[in-house]
Amino acid sequence: MKSDLSEKLKILADAAKYDVSCASSGSNRKNKGKGLGNATGMGICHSYTEDGRCVSLLKILLTNHCIYDCAYCVSRKSNDIKRVAFTVQEVVALTINFYRRNYIEGLFLSSGIFKNADYTNERLIRIAKKLRNEENFHGYIHLKIIPGASAEVMKEAGLYADRLSVNLEIPSERSLKHIAPEKNHKSVYEPMNWLKEQIIENREDRKKHRSAPVFSPAGQSTQMIIGASPEADCEILSIAASLYDKQGLKRVYYSGYIPVSSDDRLPAVTSVPLIRENRLYQADWLFRFYGFAMDEIVNKTHPNLDLEIDPKLGYALRHLELFPVDVNTAPYEMILRVPGIGVKTAGMIIQSRRYGKVRFEDIKKMGAAMKRARYFITAPNYSLPLSTDQPSSIRHQIVYQGKKAQLSLF
Amino acid sequence: MVNILLYDGTYEGLFSVFFDCYKEKYAPVSIQKERNYQPAMFDHSTFIPTELVKSDRVMKGLRKKLSSTAFSNLTKAFFSEFEDIEMTIYEYVQLVFNNKMNIEKDYRQSSVLRISQVTKKVNREIHRMHAFVRFQKTTDNIYAATIRPDFDVIPFIGSHFKERYADQLWMIYDTKRDYGLFYDLTRLDIIRLENPEWEGNKKIKRTLYSNNEIEFQTMWKNYFRATSISERKNMKLHLQHMPRKYWHYLPEKQMV
Ligand code: SF4
Repeated sequence: MKSDLSEKLKILADAAKYDVSCASSGSNRKNKGKGLGNATGMGICHSYTEDGRCVSLLKILLTNHCIYDCAYCVSRKSNDIKRVAFTVQEVVALTINFYRRNYIEGLFLSSGIFKNADYTNERLIRIAKKLRNEENFHGYIHLKIIPGASAEVMKEAGLYADRLSVNLEIPSERSLKHIAPEKNHKSVYEPMNWLKEQIIENREDRKKHRSAPVFSPAGQSTQMIIGASPEADCEILSIAASLYDKQGLKRVYYSGYIPVSSDDRLPAVTSVPLIRENRLYQADWLFRFYGFAMDEIVNKTHPNLDLEIDPKLGYALRHLELFPVDVNTAPYEMILRVPGIGVKTAGMIIQSRRYGKVRFEDIKKMGAAMKRARYFITAPNYSLPLSTDQPSSIRHQIVYQGKKAQLSLF
Repeated sequence: MVNILLYDGTYEGLFSVFFDCYKEKYAPVSIQKERNYQPAMFDHSTFIPTELVKSDRVMKGLRKKLSSTAFSNLTKAFFSEFEDIEMTIYEYVQLVFNNKMNIEKDYRQSSVLRISQVTKKVNREIHRMHAFVRFQKTTDNIYAATIRPDFDVIPFIGSHFKERYADQLWMIYDTKRDYGLFYDLTRLDIIRLENPEWEGNKKIKRTLYSNNEIEFQTMWKNYFRATSISERKNMKLHLQHMPRKYWHYLPEKQMV
């Protein structure tokens, strides 16, 4: 019996790992009446996998039985693998026992589809409900809603979960048709839009009555698989921008496609596009925290992100007319656009310059990456390196220096 | 001329030193914990005892001129136990009292920048303890963990665990500094164990484990392995997030 549970855990964790989201942030669930657990605003990574990803939640599928046949998925119907399923009690016990030992922040539960969307969603909800009502559990719960869920089912899910997500997986409808014939984008966008309304409505309710129940307080997120279909970065990022704007999503995750099958509906790839994935995350950050519009990062003339340099540097090199920036007088928004200066350093510069002139050395000590920043700023007694009027020469110096530094390590 | 001031190692002790510096016009080149002090040739040292009346006066003055965050950051920086921390705090405090303006955000000043950097380090260690503490359930139903953090963070981690694990007995013990926290379902206390017996690298003894402790550790290990994606393996990143020195806490990083 026990070895059986261990075996199930291996299979159903393995099948769930392709969903890269593991965030446990954004919720502030207090531990009421001496129960178990809470959700702290920023979330905690309790461990890191050997691929360097955060392990914050017990991320499992309820079952890997599935009636669908999505080409990119290990659990697809046509794949010849062992099928197992947890019982409700097994998931509850694992969550509680891992949580009490400080292994995890909570549960991230998803599932293959047995019978139909709502039947599956109801099972997922039953587990969340049991954790909240019977175990008095206030830790983090993320439920992945199966596309096509009905309103009642989602309404209930939002009462017990901190975050709900519906995955887009394949960025464009035309590719989706090809790779996952049973799915369509409507079945993803409909629940997303519905959830958005609910979340907003709930916030309003809670402003009026503090006692109104919370509904999915950490919002919703989604994931797109990168490299399983031919979309360019500008298409992917404009979809992301519209998900943030129109559906009010908290996070969009980009998951480099990992070849799990030799299905001929998919491109023959041998390695995971990790650099591209990383550049997409950087672009996403520029959009969310640095005040960039997506079309400043990628557009018709530059449809794909540069793999060799980060997107902020790419932007600066295309817009040398805006630089150098005077760190003692430029507005915060402009300092944020300097390659090598992050949100934290930009804040420190703004604070410090109220007391007197900020010098080049000060910025360096505050933690800016001077290797890049030095081509784009002016400060007292500091002059720019020579031959910095040509984007290509700056680019060459930065990239070349980086390589040289790497080589000297060996 | 006295140039080295010694104190008992407590935060209040350090602030008593500051009071005397002002009153006696000392200009120390070094302030040290008495127990760490090793006399050298041209030293003129004196020990300054802790007097709460004195330390309170200085702290009160400081609170008036600083935000509460800046004040508590100073405390956190102190518990880093860095060798230069007393002098850095001394310079910081002088800067505060010598300026009309609140200087806490003037990162051009070396002491302000240093305090902010040290605080960041201490905060990171606190955060890592929140993350990497691993409780083992014992036969008497206590969830127990040993730690050996780089900095003395026990005073800062109790509230997090108390709120989260309000319905279970737990203990977190710093084996490096030989003291810890114990929560008995109502109160959180600082404790020191008499002649504690550990196993191996100062871990909780296996003979004290409750019935299914090993089983859950094993399942956690299996989970950890299954959730890794081998096609994405990146040990450099892995080590950056989870440096080796923390591994001994973590069941998922044990071979057996
Ligand atoms: S519906 Fe989900 S579990 Fe089923 S094959 Fe498609 S992606 Fe996989």
